[in-house]
Amino acid sequence: MSAEQNTILAAAVQKSYEHGFVTDIASDTIPPGLNEDVIRLISAKKNEPEFMLEWRLQAYRYWLTMTHPNWAFVKFPPVDFQSIAYYSAPKLDTDRPKSLDEVDPKLLETYEKLGVPLHERARLAGVAVDAVFDSVSVATTFKETLAKAGVIFCSFSDAVRDYPELVKKYLGTVVSYRDNFYAALNSAVFSDGSFVFIPKGVRCPMELSTYFRINAANTGQFERTLIIAEEGSYVSYLEGCTAPMRDENQLHAAVVELIALEDAQIKYSTVQNWYPGDENGKGGIYNFVTKRGACRGARSKISWTQIETGSAITWKYPSVILQGDESVGEFYSVALTNHYQQADTGTKMVHLGKNTKSTIISKGISAGQGQNAYRGLVRVAPTAQNARNYTQCDSLLIGEKCGAHTFPTIEVKNNSAKVEHEASTSRIGEDQLFYCQQRGLREEDAISLIVNGFCKQVFNELPLEFAVEAQKLMEVSLEGAVG
Amino acid sequence: MLKIENLHVGVKGKSEILQGINLEVNPGEIHAIMGPNGSGKSTLSSVLAGRDDYTISAGTVKFDNSDLLSLSPEERAIKGLFLAFQYPVELPGVNNLYFLKSALNSIRRARGEAEFDALDFMQFVKNKLKELEMDEAFLQRAVNHGFSGGEKKRNEVLQMMVLEPKLAILDETDSGLDIDALQAVAKGVNSLRDPSRSFIVVTHYQRLLDYIVPDFVHVLANGRIIKSGGKELALELEEKGYGWLVDEKV
Repeated sequence: MSAEQNTILAAAVQKSYEHGFVTDIASDTIPPGLNEDVIRLISAKKNEPEFMLEWRLQAYRYWLTMTHPNWAFVKFPPVDFQSIAYYSAPKLDTDRPKSLDEVDPKLLETYEKLGVPLHERARLAGVAVDAVFDSVSVATTFKETLAKAGVIFCSFSDAVRDYPELVKKYLGTVVSYRDNFYAALNSAVFSDGSFVFIPKGVRCPMELSTYFRINAANTGQFERTLIIAEEGSYVSYLEGCTAPMRDENQLHAAVVELIALEDAQIKYSTVQNWYPGDENGKGGIYNFVTKRGACRGARSKISWTQIETGSAITWKYPSVILQGDESVGEFYSVALTNHYQQADTGTKMVHLGKNTKSTIISKGISAGQGQNAYRGLVRVAPTAQNARNYTQCDSLLIGEKCGAHTFPTIEVKNNSAKVEHEASTSRIGEDQLFYCQQRGLREEDAISLIVNGFCKQVFNELPLEFAVEAQKLMEVSLEGAVG
Repeated sequence: MLKIENLHVGVKGKSEILQGINLEVNPGEIHAIMGPNGSGKSTLSSVLAGRDDYTISAGTVKFDNSDLLSLSPEERAIKGLFLAFQYPVELPGVNNLYFLKSALNSIRRARGEAEFDALDFMQFVKNKLKELEMDEAFLQRAVNHGFSGGEKKRNEVLQMMVLEPKLAILDETDSGLDIDALQAVAKGVNSLRDPSRSFIVVTHYQRLLDYIVPDFVHVLANGRIIKSGGKELALELEEKGYGWLVDEKV
């Protein structure tokens, strides 16, 4: 590739994040540090029942015996867990911008480009909720419709208070606090998150989106999500959004647990666009997440779709335990790393039941100095007669300094299993760019066209309006100085 | 329309591929460039389209009175230069219809013309497909991805018909085509013939020129045009091969 083309390519992937961190004065924050008293305080502030506190403490004590894992293909300085403040009360409205006029115009410009609806822009930018009457009224209508269907959709804190028996029954049954270092930490100190319960036979009447969750503004850095789909029910859940979110916390360690009973289906879609750090790799969010679903019942299905474009480091493996006979697990992923971003992501499909099926489609895009690793495990237990897996991981490289890595593991203990794995790595070729340019497309448009083509298989799995947003997000993420 | 003067082109680590090309193409003319393998035919096409793997050591190229060599590939496309690739490039996942529309609208936008909306464009493309006897299913496939050789070449011609260039360069568009595909390609080219539009047809064989009748035929060998003539020159070449010309020159 010529020097000139390298420069243009570099410019095209040099798109900077459209806004930095905003330092606001938060009120009612526990001083940094972690010990049992802090955990008791968190639990007390939230008025939690005794069982919740006990569980947190058990997790904390277990966490103390653990060491930080180092197997991922990512590099970062050791995290000082005593320098983090583990509780911060929701911000007072007086500390927030009063209206969109007070918000960074560059942030608004990004919303404009992404086509974020007006009422959502205000919420995303952290404008005081009272000023955002649109969003409140939409959310209220939404809640009423769900209540009619018997669907519970609320913050995790509310669920602990209002539905303690459900929480007690399912919490930690998919991701135990003993699962891993960050799951243990999350279990001890989780701040808030989402709770969803779809009763037997109910098809959730709408896509559940974190957009509409009341009190969503302050879920904090240790988020906890629990979704339960009873027999024969269906739910589609959308997490995050394409617009960059304001966030002051560097370390994010969330836990998501999904439970699908007999004939239930859960579709979980994520678009993650957190602050990735600057073009020199300074700053940015560490996103260390444990996501797992359990197909408990026969013929149940769990499908993960993720578009990961943000964060300095992404470390997550949305997985499915295929317990019920004929259950189905799916994982569709696009992970983009630019500048100095690092992503180590993939999935685990654990086949336990008979005739279980899993599909893995992973698309990694690396630009700049970005490092992108796919790490996957397909395990077929002796009990999983006739299990099927199809895995496809493709990597696309933009420029010369980035990297793509694939770490697939396959363990098959039943000889009736069929496991297929396909992998490819390609570079956006000079040939492809020249071809597009010869047809009159600008180089930037050509790159975004090729990247979107590469991601299509995954975008097709997203709910329609999300797919359109995701496509725009890729364009914006790869935009250069122009436009 | 196009005036090439004393064009010298090399590529890193190799001796000069083009050693002083002179060629003038006027509006409405069809020029055929023939020559043996390695004579520099594809280099000439690529250099005109703006591929930057080459170093231009001397010479000028004027296209509609502007200095072609100083323009980027997309600027050349916007000015109306089109290259039908010898080896069309695959773009996995990129919808053919979307690609065509993006390309045309990108050019129209740059020219200050109104962009096509989806419905109008669909109608426009369908008419072109009919002329080329191509199936509409073509539009929903990924650009050239998994296409047969013949399909790729037809797709190049479809793109040409959609973009309606002033000067189209067909780089060995006939290679690897069966007779039906060849006729379809020729039909497409002939439908675009116009007093204001010119073609440069690069080919090994006379065969294509039975269908696309050139006004001029040039023989390129060892980086130079060693003979020019009318369409009868192509027939002579078909009969005698290139040897006699190359030997004569030496």
